[in-house]
Amino acid sequence: MNIYLYILVMAGVTYLIRMLPLTLIRGKIRNRFVKSFLFYVPYACLMAMTFPAVFHASDHVIAAVAGVVVAILLALKGKGLMTVAVAASVTVFLVSLVCGIQA
Amino acid sequence: MKDGIPIALGYFAVSFSLGIAMLSAGMTAVQGAVMSVSNLTSAGEFAGVRVIAAGGGLLELILTQVIINLRYSLMSLSLTQKLDEKVTLWQKLLIAFGNTDEIFAVAMNHQRSLTLPYMLGLQSLPIIGWTAGTFLGAVAGGIMPRSVSMAMNVMLYGMFIAIVFPVARKSRAVLIVASIAVFCSCLFRYVPFLQGISDGISIIICTIAAATLGAIFFPVDEKEDA
Repeated sequence: MNIYLYILVMAGVTYLIRMLPLTLIRGKIRNRFVKSFLFYVPYACLMAMTFPAVFHASDHVIAAVAGVVVAILLALKGKGLMTVAVAASVTVFLVSLVCGIQA
Repeated sequence: MKDGIPIALGYFAVSFSLGIAMLSAGMTAVQGAVMSVSNLTSAGEFAGVRVIAAGGGLLELILTQVIINLRYSLMSLSLTQKLDEKVTLWQKLLIAFGNTDEIFAVAMNHQRSLTLPYMLGLQSLPIIGWTAGTFLGAVAGGIMPRSVSMAMNVMLYGMFIAIVFPVARKSRAVLIVASIAVFCSCLFRYVPFLQGISDGISIIICTIAAATLGAIFFPVDEKEDA
């Protein structure tokens, strides 16, 4: 199937999600369940996408684990998104390098 | 517009790794750039790329986008409360397009009510950074050594970790919800008879399951709602 069709559908859906509440809804959401659900969605979704996929994103599992550990430690120290992302990436690169030499 | 510079730089680096992921999914750099400029959503595009790579159907694609990007509807909702009264309907249509997590965060921290010029200025550079990064990532992904592109693959995950973990440390509820999502996602990956289920569907099921449990057992207090 044409990849541009996929892209078009994605863009359309994403835009509607952003646009409809902004234009249609003027009051506040009162339903506590809906509010709570929407509050948890980003965290659940990001973690479901990250784990366990991240461990398979590198040729060496050890390197991926090291990258994740570094990312978590820095994130808990309150470092910014970029710092964490770059540090994780550099860790994976360096550990893979070491693994590559041994292999 | 100045407020958009740090966002644009961050987007550039992250979308660079998104571009690499697109390349390994069999997409071209131009397709990647078109997707980024029209979608403008890291998690959504990333999930979309995974559906495309797996040859998933359109319904699956739509469902993933709705679930993953559902949070934007909440942000748009909060944004309505802060927009300047003079902002007209068609101006809202423009503002809605660039309502990403980071832009929303900066906009909500802005001291005054949000006008159209402020919002467009804030959004312009991040959109450029996001699109250019995706394009260059997909181009460079082809010529970079495998070890480098594999390492950059991890950047996006690193960003996700950086978003979730600080919040999970402060809130036990978020920690539990996130753990449920991870557990569920591991089930789909490693339990034999569940492995046939595609990536996109698995993300949807895990997200809905974890967020629903969270909403039932840890309803958000009025105070916590930003």
